[in-house]
Amino acid sequence: MDDKQTREGQKDPGGIVLTDAQKRAQRSRSIAIALALAALVVLFFIMTLVKGPGVLVRP
Amino acid sequence: MSLISEGANVGAPGGAGLVDASLYEPSNAEVGDYIALLKPRVMSLVVFTALVGLAVAPGSIHPFEAFTALLCIAVGAGASGALNMWFDADIDALMTRTQRRPVPAGRVRPGEALAFGLTLSGFAVVVLGLMVNLLSAALLAFTIFFYAVIYTMWLKRSTPQNIVIGGAAGAFPPMIGWAAVTGTVSIESLLLFAIIFFWTPPHFWALAIYKKSDYGRAGVPMLPNVAGDAHTRLQILLYTLILVPLGIAPWALGYTSALYGAVAVATGAAMVALAVQVYREVSPADRACRHLFAFSILYLFLLYAVLLVDRGWGGLIAKVAA
Repeated sequence: MDDKQTREGQKDPGGIVLTDAQKRAQRSRSIAIALALAALVVLFFIMTLVKGPGVLVRP
Repeated sequence: MSLISEGANVGAPGGAGLVDASLYEPSNAEVGDYIALLKPRVMSLVVFTALVGLAVAPGSIHPFEAFTALLCIAVGAGASGALNMWFDADIDALMTRTQRRPVPAGRVRPGEALAFGLTLSGFAVVVLGLMVNLLSAALLAFTIFFYAVIYTMWLKRSTPQNIVIGGAAGAFPPMIGWAAVTGTVSIESLLLFAIIFFWTPPHFWALAIYKKSDYGRAGVPMLPNVAGDAHTRLQILLYTLILVPLGIAPWALGYTSALYGAVAVATGAAMVALAVQVYREVSPADRACRHLFAFSILYLFLLYAVLLVDRGWGGLIAKVAA
């Protein structure tokens, strides 16, 4: 077993098993990415409403 | 010498082609660590100066477009910060001011910081170009490139003029804000650029004098480490003497009211007085430098805040109403 993997997480035949702290960190990162993507969708949607057909014009 | 090999590794740029096993370890980075990579305090100043550029520019912009422009400028500034922290992790680890940053502290891996910075840079520039205009997007892309490559990778470690030339990166945001509204670069926006450009050397050299040992330990050739305190103090005074008339120029050229002129003259006089104090104080000039460093932040904030109130506030309301 790799020393570093033992320290940071545990490796089993199925792959690396995350520690609780790593799971929490991963979950919070996933939520942040989801929120950022949702914000981007809302941004594009509102900008399309605001600019109308002009959204295709690049000044 | 490779630029990459001087800085932090992307995984392991100096690793002779070996794959870094740590790349396969689960990440411990929290969301807060990624936010720290964005240098929120620097970002807030960038957003503020960009807002002023946007508000004082002639012409109209939809408030949502203005919000989008500011968001992209903020994200672009944050991305530059992340790229800076990726490359500078080795010297950040040696300085007390920076050793708790996420990369040197080991909470975020260099490769993660690099990927984060590049991704955000791409998004910020593309969204600004698609939703606002191409000139502002081009200026933002150049600003990120200038800060991450010209300043961080090249100038910072090679010349004591690093923050003079590199200061341009911090001076671009009001120009980007102006360009977002007008689609042009003009004398007024160049003036906004020049104020921050000439403000940067006295501000950072004051810090560099009292953090000299930190920079010395990291091998960063800041002016006090290379040319000594006395020469740096003279340079601080000279740059302040250029800065203060530039600060007054928007009023002298008739762009603003007497309110801005009065604030620019009064705070400019205080800046000169503090710079003279730094120049005359026998080395180590730590106390005077701390005063100048702190006041220089207030000086820039006041100039831009009064500009916002004086010219921008009415204009901003008119733009929103339009």
